[in-house]
Amino acid sequence: MSPLLEPPASDEVAPFWDATRRGKLVLPWCRSCERPFWYPRATCPRCLGDTVEWRQARGDGTVYAVSVQHQPGPGRDAADGPYAVALIDLDEGVRVMGNVLACAAADVHVGMSVRVTWQALSDGRQLLQFAPRE
Amino acid sequence: MTEHALRAAAAIVGVADAVSPTGELDLHGRVLEAKVVREALADAGLTIGDVDGICYGGSAPGVAEYLGIQPRFMDGTMTGGSSYELHVEHAAAAIASGLGDVVVGLYAATPRSDRARRGARGRLGTPPGPNPMFEWEMPYGLRLPIGAYALAASRHMAVYGTTSEQLAQIAVDARRWASMNPRARYQQSITIDDVLASPMRASPLHRLDCCLVTDGAGAFVMTSAARAHSLAKPPVYVLGAASCSDHSMITAMPDLTVTAGAISGPAAFKQAGITTADVDVLMSYDSFTITALLHLEDLGFCAKGEGGAFVEDAKLGPGGALPMNTNGGGLSYTHPGQYGMFLLVEATRQLRGESGERQLRGPQIAVAHGSGGVLSTMGTVVLGAEATR
Repeated sequence: MSPLLEPPASDEVAPFWDATRRGKLVLPWCRSCERPFWYPRATCPRCLGDTVEWRQARGDGTVYAVSVQHQPGPGRDAADGPYAVALIDLDEGVRVMGNVLACAAADVHVGMSVRVTWQALSDGRQLLQFAPRE
Repeated sequence: MTEHALRAAAAIVGVADAVSPTGELDLHGRVLEAKVVREALADAGLTIGDVDGICYGGSAPGVAEYLGIQPRFMDGTMTGGSSYELHVEHAAAAIASGLGDVVVGLYAATPRSDRARRGARGRLGTPPGPNPMFEWEMPYGLRLPIGAYALAASRHMAVYGTTSEQLAQIAVDARRWASMNPRARYQQSITIDDVLASPMRASPLHRLDCCLVTDGAGAFVMTSAARAHSLAKPPVYVLGAASCSDHSMITAMPDLTVTAGAISGPAAFKQAGITTADVDVLMSYDSFTITALLHLEDLGFCAKGEGGAFVEDAKLGPGGALPMNTNGGGLSYTHPGQYGMFLLVEATRQLRGESGERQLRGPQIAVAHGSGGVLSTMGTVVLGAEATR
């Protein structure tokens, strides 16, 4: 796979990116409404609560929607061929984006069970990714 | 103000657009903006000196200075392709409440000829910035905007059994309208098989499920209903206008099968005092076939999930029960990037009886429904001819 367009690391979500260095997925939970949210930020998008606790997620999820990119998107190379971009509903109740790796892109489907896997970034962080759950 | 203060308080009195079957225009930038404003004002029988309000999808003061306007009403709303429906909504409110008397809205973009001017193919790259999209979406290589719409289509298919053939019918009907529009970019008829045989871009969307990339520009002029009567053309009244935005990134869209049009549509219809049965022509943003299908459901022309079956009998095309996108739409007429302006121009022309070979018989009510971002912001405008006032 060609080099990714690597994500910036915003200051307010340092605990998220730090956890990825250890291969751990943590989600931001609002201490006020006691629910996780996505995307990670310092303020709860439901209640504007500003106390966030980072809790480890199980790492299991289900494909909510998927599109196979037949032309390369940002940071990708045509030589890599088609790849699947999916929205994944984690069991904790948040929806995240990811590629579904370790299987043929065409086999990824809505309702498919997936689990977290990691892809190395150049600075030691890891990118949240997914693979089929056996 | 009463609950229905917007109803028929303001009218579109002038329109213009600049497009070419070649897909390219000679003018660009401020010069092109000035051209369509000039022509829209001439269409209305007004001059730039009459204008005291401006709507622009960006910084309004800069373009106002260039045009020599000292506006007392400015709207710089930028919600992507639906910006121009939101501009009408805001201009109607401004005029109704006396904030402005004559408001001009405009748009110009020349992505196609820009390529030659830059001497390089493709879009300009966007450097990473504070936008959360760069942190949480960009690394996954989703092509935008198509990828976001493809995700929505995949979800709609999985939940409701919608098929590629049903989506293709929308493109086929748009092309049938375009065949009656000599200014349309593509006028040759196509079949469902043609759409399905066109290259897959982002599954499940094929090339012919996607709108065009063309140059294009358009403008409208609005004034009070009272003043509208003394001007050059029959007034087209704004009977209702409403908007709603429910996300910015596709990851944050609450339900990929339901757009904010489910809020803006019924709100605009209520203002106008109409139901879907009253709509004679629907100008509905068709950035992709799935976009138009979602609009049909969310505006209430059919139930949620039934859009596929609803379009199957070609009722959106010429001679059909619900004429949609009679100019050929973003799929076949023109699409410079933010197509919402052209929805308003064609709706106005249909209500005035100016649409040539594709003219409907005496339409009284038109709906222009704009969609911006990645199914993010919807703007619905209900327009009416004289008898609806």
